[in-house]
Amino acid sequence: MGRYVIRRLLQMIPVFAGATLLIFLMVNVMGDPVAGLCGERRCDPATAARLRAEFGLDRPLWQQYLTSMGNVVTGDFGTAFNGQPVVELMADAFPVTIRLTLVAIFFEIVIGVGLGMLTGLRRGRPVDTGVLLATLVVIAVPTFVTGLLLQLLLGVKWGWIRPSVSAEAPLDELIVPGLVLAAVSLAYVTRLTRTSIAENRRADYVRTAIAKGLPRRRVMTRHLLRNSLIPVVTFIGADIGALMGGAIVTERIFNIHGVGYQLYQGILRQSTQTVVGFVTVLVLVFLLVNLLVDLLYAVLDPRIRYA
Amino acid sequence: MPEAPYGDGPAIAPAGGGGAMDLATAEGGTLEQAPAPAGPSGPGPAGRPRSLWSDAWHDLRRNPVFVVAALVILFLFAISVWPQLIAPGNPLDCDLARAQQGSRAGHPFGFDGQGCDVYTRTVHGARTSVTVGVCATLGVALLGSALGGFAGFLGGVPDALLSRLTDVFFAIPVVLGGLVLLSVVTSDTVWPVIGFMLLLGWPQVSRIARGSVIAAKQNDYVQAARALGASPARLLLKHVMPNAVAPVIVVATIALGTYVSLEATLSYLGVGLRPPTVSWGIDISAASPYIRNAPHMLLWPAGALAVTVLAFIMLGDAVRDALDPKLR
Repeated sequence: MGRYVIRRLLQMIPVFAGATLLIFLMVNVMGDPVAGLCGERRCDPATAARLRAEFGLDRPLWQQYLTSMGNVVTGDFGTAFNGQPVVELMADAFPVTIRLTLVAIFFEIVIGVGLGMLTGLRRGRPVDTGVLLATLVVIAVPTFVTGLLLQLLLGVKWGWIRPSVSAEAPLDELIVPGLVLAAVSLAYVTRLTRTSIAENRRADYVRTAIAKGLPRRRVMTRHLLRNSLIPVVTFIGADIGALMGGAIVTERIFNIHGVGYQLYQGILRQSTQTVVGFVTVLVLVFLLVNLLVDLLYAVLDPRIRYA
Repeated sequence: MPEAPYGDGPAIAPAGGGGAMDLATAEGGTLEQAPAPAGPSGPGPAGRPRSLWSDAWHDLRRNPVFVVAALVILFLFAISVWPQLIAPGNPLDCDLARAQQGSRAGHPFGFDGQGCDVYTRTVHGARTSVTVGVCATLGVALLGSALGGFAGFLGGVPDALLSRLTDVFFAIPVVLGGLVLLSVVTSDTVWPVIGFMLLLGWPQVSRIARGSVIAAKQNDYVQAARALGASPARLLLKHVMPNAVAPVIVVATIALGTYVSLEATLSYLGVGLRPPTVSWGIDISAASPYIRNAPHMLLWPAGALAVTVLAFIMLGDAVRDALDPKLR
């Protein structure tokens, strides 16, 4: 187990380097980072040159990349366009987005796995067909449309929620945005659980468990569900990274000041350091969560051993 | 069933921003090939055993989901080629005096914020979405299956390199990549958006193609052909490819819907397509600030978008069911 974790962590290094390099190149294609520093006006050439030298932007690209990664390793993410350290922005933004992601994951697990189990056990019945159709519709409507519609109906027309989330983003204001963020993945989790349950329901171990007289509830949860969860856990694990990165749209609709908001601002203001810093952390989260998911397999299925 | 095809160690499902693209493989487990003459269907009318393809076509024609989806898609294709058929007006013919007005005779969907006819714009917007979806899907399917297919067929170093490269691409959230890359583009054609989808979309297909080529390559008939002295090129083109292409087709069909939706999302964020291109994404984005007073401006293009994405996803779903008899 320990050796497996170390091997996986080592394998992560090239992927991490590659992903950060890719985003570094993209950001450099994005435009002149100095241009954003003089506000709306164009910098005068002398100031631009001075800023360029100050930030080391006159050096070759590979040197810039190495310096920036060196700084990141020591926890220095540079400064944003307004002079605030990027680390401070992160300290404000990440807790909000993490809360939003947790709400979304909660919905995915409770509603997604619940509906998946319900339909998987009743394959071909009206409930199954209905839920399946509903998941298709949810997948087909883009997140931003779902978000705008829910905001209009619940926030403006019926006044059940506040149409935009306040700066502190307490948990109760994040319920609807979390649902919007989770919607598409929730539909996938439902379908995935349904297929998995339907496949395993006919497995020998389920028949054995029923034959030896275990209560139905126990067979369903301890035997069937546990064995059916591996693909679902894989999906949810990989989804955490995607949710945090994909929160841009949801955060924009509900005016949540999280990672997506900061990234959007960073891109608009061409603040290279903000974008690179936030994306670096997102990539790291994605890789670590994937490792965690792989380790979770062994918990769900003791036959899986990591040497 | 060999466990090998889907990577070393516990495979990480190719989830992520792409979403729908994972549906095909994730849901069905491994998409193995059907044994050609599937049990119940037996020999075809000509007395010959049916191939996987004719068997699938036989099922598809009887699947109402497929028929409905295919009809919707045919209609979409028709109005993208000849939008004048049902909307003779000019989508750029706008009059601010009519801005945000509701429906009236001759203008069933009302007018948008610029006073353009929403019905005409919605019909003409189909072309953009279909172009983006079809071009991006074709490109991604070709590039992804070529890279993934070769890597799986060759194995060894190229395979390891490509697998790591796909890992790198998977670690970058799609919407984020689009925001960064497309924020500098100032073109009013659809090509930058398609190019971007190609850049971030191929790893999904290449992972599937690699897996199915590795699975197909272990089959006895491939070994037999190799023993008979077939060249690697012949092995790949004649024996491996035809038997590995089904999962790629399934993923690509579902992905088409995702790309249509992604284009609209990027346009909503202000980095996708730009006016004067007529696109549902642009129209939804422009209508969103006025959703309170004039929801019709948003609902029609959003409805058209949802129906389009739904049709492609349903088509992909039906094709998967037909090509993967294990799920029945």
